[in-house]
Amino acid sequence: MSLVKIAGLHKHFGTNHVLKGIDLEVASGDVVALIGRSGSGKSTLLRTVNGLETIDKGELVVDGTALHDGRGDLRALRQKVGMVFQQFNLFPHLTAGQNVMLAPTVVKGTAKAEAEDIAKEVLLKVGLSDKFDSYPDQLSGGQQQRVAIARALAMRPKVLLCDEITSALDPELVSEVLAVVRQLATEGMTLIMVTHEMRFAREVGNKLIFMHHGRIHESGDPKTVFAEPQTPELANFIGAVQSA
Amino acid sequence: MAYRFDFAPVFEHTDLLLAGAGFTLALTAVGAVLGIGLGVTGAVCRAWKLRPFDRMFGLYVEVIRNTPFLVQLFFIFFGLPALGVRMSEWQAAVLAMVVNLGAYSTEIIRAGIQATPRGQIEAAESLAMTRPQIFRHVVLRPALAKVWPALTSQVIIVMLGSAVCSQIATEELTFAANFIQSRNFRAFETYFVTTGMYFVMALAIRQLLVQLGQHYVVGRAR
Repeated sequence: MSLVKIAGLHKHFGTNHVLKGIDLEVASGDVVALIGRSGSGKSTLLRTVNGLETIDKGELVVDGTALHDGRGDLRALRQKVGMVFQQFNLFPHLTAGQNVMLAPTVVKGTAKAEAEDIAKEVLLKVGLSDKFDSYPDQLSGGQQQRVAIARALAMRPKVLLCDEITSALDPELVSEVLAVVRQLATEGMTLIMVTHEMRFAREVGNKLIFMHHGRIHESGDPKTVFAEPQTPELANFIGAVQSA
Repeated sequence: MAYRFDFAPVFEHTDLLLAGAGFTLALTAVGAVLGIGLGVTGAVCRAWKLRPFDRMFGLYVEVIRNTPFLVQLFFIFFGLPALGVRMSEWQAAVLAMVVNLGAYSTEIIRAGIQATPRGQIEAAESLAMTRPQIFRHVVLRPALAKVWPALTSQVIIVMLGSAVCSQIATEELTFAANFIQSRNFRAFETYFVTTGMYFVMALAIRQLLVQLGQHYVVGRAR
């Protein structure tokens, strides 16, 4: 049974039809890479999976929690879906540890001592156990992004969404974040990521989805899809990315 | 004959002056706490467009910011009894200060709330936090930190403005000064000392609010 199931999903921004009937299934442990040109709908698709974008039509089911045509228990859904953003979006007035502890204590009612243990555990996982008391502005971009990953993990999500999480980082900081994601994938975390890191998508992903004009244009195993693109649009895209 | 300065007739009434200053500070403290509380409420309604409260607060803000404080005070103290709402001069003074500060701080705090980066709210939403939780834990403190200097200035303006409350016989510092001056006819000396007291009080309140802000609000929030 699939962990995430998307069927006949449509999304409009005003008159702009950005998602034109998406069907997608993600199994537990899958690492899905969403690629495509800007404006192809890949970020919008990702953001619908935890309700940051509403759905006009279609069905979304994550681990049994469903949204039909955009209606359903949004908060139950969000407790199962973690998200990491391009711009980190840490809360600037809280330390790394407090950033991680906030949602478990406030949303789940976890006791403070237990939340602190969880925070220590997930910060250790992202290699930042010594930064518990540091504020976001005392951390590098790569460290901030790793705290953001830890913050999402503290809610014990079934699936983690990554929206271009290395795009705002200085080149030398990209690898430390990718290493954390790679580690999560190895441990069996289900990941859906919008990424421009094609090599990473090929190495770590087990499913590649190429979005074009609001539709899934081509998908499959990353290694074969990259080696033998079936459509000229994907071939063009791969060519454009590789020549960059 | 040149005027001979004599402060002794003023200092005879030091107890009155100190009592008046104490009442001014008490009025300001109550007015500031309730006024900023009202301002936070109004700012949330305005920033989040909570119908119909956003419109109501919008009208309230415009009315208060475009009319004189003295007239607001007279309306409350002399006007409202016509509707059967009677208050002591202290109640009227506090109410006028709360209403006045509430309007200005609504706009000040709204600016702080609206400066919250969209991404931080999305991050909180994606962690399954509810709107009230997001406001309380993510939005409020950085918003107050951003506008704390403006709020501090507004509280001082209200403290100085409380002098007007002497007009309805609220026995604060200016009332005490007027009383002393009417006894000793030492207008220069009396108002010189009173001016100095307001000046010191304003500096003290600013320092206090800066310290409180550093400790409880601004902290590391930027």
